[in-house]
Amino acid sequence: MEQSTLNFIFIGISFAVYIAIAIRSRAGSTQEFYVAGGEVSPIANGMATAADWMSAATFISMAGGLAISGYDGSRFLMGWTGGFVLLTILMVPYLRKFGKATVPDFVGDRFYSNLARGVAVVCAIFICMTYIMGQMRGVGVVFSQLFDISTTWGVLIGAAIVFFYAGLGGMKGITYTQVAQYCVMAFAYTIPAVFISIALTNNFIPQLGFIGDITTGDTAIPFLEKLNEINDQLGFAHYTSGSLPLIDMFCITAALMCGTAGLPHVIVRFFTVKSVRAVRTSACWTLGFIAVIYLTAPTIGAFARVNLITELDGLEYATASDEAKWLSQFEHTEQMVFDDKNGDGLIQYRGPNSDTPNELTVQKDIMVMANPHMAGAPKWVIALLMAGCIAAALSTAAGLLLVLSTSISHDLMKNIVNPDISDKQEVLYARLAAGISLAVATYFGINPPSDFIAETVAFAFGLAASSFFPTLLIGIFSKRMGRAGAISGMLCGIGFTLGYIIYFQFLDGPKENYLFGISPAGIGTIGMLINFAVAFIVNAFTPDAPEHVQQMVEDIHIPSGAGDAVSH
Amino acid sequence: MENNSAREHRKACLKITLVLLAVWFMVSLGCAVLFRGWMDTNMPMIGNAKFGFWMAQQGSIICFVLLLIVYKVLMQRLDDKHGYSE
Repeated sequence: MEQSTLNFIFIGISFAVYIAIAIRSRAGSTQEFYVAGGEVSPIANGMATAADWMSAATFISMAGGLAISGYDGSRFLMGWTGGFVLLTILMVPYLRKFGKATVPDFVGDRFYSNLARGVAVVCAIFICMTYIMGQMRGVGVVFSQLFDISTTWGVLIGAAIVFFYAGLGGMKGITYTQVAQYCVMAFAYTIPAVFISIALTNNFIPQLGFIGDITTGDTAIPFLEKLNEINDQLGFAHYTSGSLPLIDMFCITAALMCGTAGLPHVIVRFFTVKSVRAVRTSACWTLGFIAVIYLTAPTIGAFARVNLITELDGLEYATASDEAKWLSQFEHTEQMVFDDKNGDGLIQYRGPNSDTPNELTVQKDIMVMANPHMAGAPKWVIALLMAGCIAAALSTAAGLLLVLSTSISHDLMKNIVNPDISDKQEVLYARLAAGISLAVATYFGINPPSDFIAETVAFAFGLAASSFFPTLLIGIFSKRMGRAGAISGMLCGIGFTLGYIIYFQFLDGPKENYLFGISPAGIGTIGMLINFAVAFIVNAFTPDAPEHVQQMVEDIHIPSGAGDAVSH
Repeated sequence: MENNSAREHRKACLKITLVLLAVWFMVSLGCAVLFRGWMDTNMPMIGNAKFGFWMAQQGSIICFVLLLIVYKVLMQRLDDKHGYSE
C-alpha cells in the first residue's frame, strides 16, 4: 500500500473517533460548555490535560530543536515539565478552592475591580493568541507534508478543521476527545522511538539506548560520544555541550516554567475536577502522562541527529532518489533544501565551525516527521506518527480557542460590558470570538513571528510568566495586596515583555541590544521580576485590600469545601 | 480553636511548599543549568551520559514527577490531620 493511502486511513480513523466522542458529549448548558460540570475523573482529566498541554510545539518541534541544538534544547524539556511543579504546588489547589470558572474571574474578584478583570482578559487574549499562532503553524507543516502542498495551504486547511472541531463540544466534549488524542499521541511518539532505538542501539527502551552504546558500526561505542564526534567532524557544537550563554539558558527555562504556571488554558483544566484533593491527584497524573512523551523526546532528537548525518552527509545527490527516497518529499515542501555550492554533486552538511560551506538546510520542525523515514521504519509507523502530529496540534488549538472565546464572551461581554445577556447569547459570542481569533491566528500561522514553532510558543510563555504568574501568586499568598498594585504590576510586566518581543522579533532590533544578553524567549523572567517589584512598590503607597477580600484569601487556603466551579 | 487549626495547617503547608520548591530548583535550574559544569566533572556518569547533561534531558523530569507524588501524599496527610478531608 502507498504511504499516503496509509496516512489517510490512520488519520481518518482517529478523526472518526474524535468526532464521535465530541458529538456524544455535546454541551447542554453554558456551565457544561466551560467546565464540564465538574464531573471528570482525575485520570481522565490528567490525560486530557496532558493532550491539551502537548501541543504542536512539543510534539513536532521540540525533538527537532533537541536534534539541532542538543543540550540547549533541554530548556524546553525542563521548562515545560518543571512548570507543572509550580502550577500544582502554588496555584491550582487554591484557585480551585476559590471556585471560579476562568482566570480573569479570579483576578477580578480577588482584586475587587473590573479594571483588573479587563486587564486580565487582555493578557489572556495576548497569551492564547500567541500560543495558537504556533499551533496553526504546526498544523500547517503537518498538512503540507500530508497533501504535498505549500505550508500556507496547509495552515488554511488546518484552520478550517480546527474551527469545525472546536465548535462541536465545549469543555466536556473536548475533555473526552483529548483523552483519545492522548492515547494516539503517546503511541505515535513512543513506537517510532522504539523502532529507531532497536535499529541504532539494539535496545528496545529508547531512554536506555540513549545512554547506552551505538551498535551499527563494527564495535559498540557510547552513543553520546558518537554523536559528539560526528557533530564535531562536520563543524557543529558538541551535542552535549550547548552554545547558549548561561544567563539566556537560565532565563528561557525559568520563563517557560513560570509561564506554564500562569497559562490560563492549563489552569482552567483543573477547574473541571471535583475537589482540591482531586486537583492534586489529577496534577500527578497529568505530569506522569506528560513525562512519558518528554522522556522520549530527547532520545528521538538524538537518534534523528545521527540518522540525518549518516544518511545524508556525503550522499551523491543524483542517487538520493534510490538511497534516500524521502528526501525529495521534504524538498518538495521546502523543509529540506539542497544547494550544491561547490558543484561536486555530493550533499555536504556542515556546521558553523566548518571551513567548507553548508549545502543542506533543514527546518527543525520537520525532524520528528522525517525521523522514521530516515531510519527506514515500517509505513504504518509513519502513518501513526502523522495521526499523532495532527492530534497534538488539534487538541491544543481547540482547548486554547475555548479559553480565548470564554475570556471574550464570559469575562468581557457578560461580566464587564453587559451582565444581562442570556446563556444563549453568551455561547454565540463565544463562537464569534473563536472565529475571529482563529482568523488572526491563521494569518500569523502563515507569517509566523519565528520560523521555529517552539520559539513562537515560548513567547506565549514569556507573556504568561510576566503577567498571570506573579499576579496570581500575589493574589493567593499576599492577602494585603490591593488592586492598584496588582493592576500596575500586570500592566508593567506584560507591557515590557510584549514590547521587547515585538522590538526584537518583528521590528528586527539588533541582537547586540539584548538586555544582559537575554533573547526575547527568555525576557519573560525579567518581566516577571518587574511585575513583582511594581506591584509591591505601588501597594506600599496605596490602600491594602479591604477586610472581606482578606477574609476570602484566608479561606482559599483551607482545602475542604470547594463547591462546583461557578461561572458568575 | 477552628482558627488555630487553620493557621497551623497553613504554616505546615507553607513549609512543605518551600522545601519542595527548593528541591525543584536544585534538580532543574541548579544541577542542569547553573552548576552543570561542576556536576559533569564531579558526579558519577549515568550510563554513558554526564550527570549534568542527563539531569537536563531526563533526570529533572523524573524528579518533577516524584515531587508531585510526594506533595500529594504529604498534603493529604496534613489535611486529614486537620480534619479537612472530604
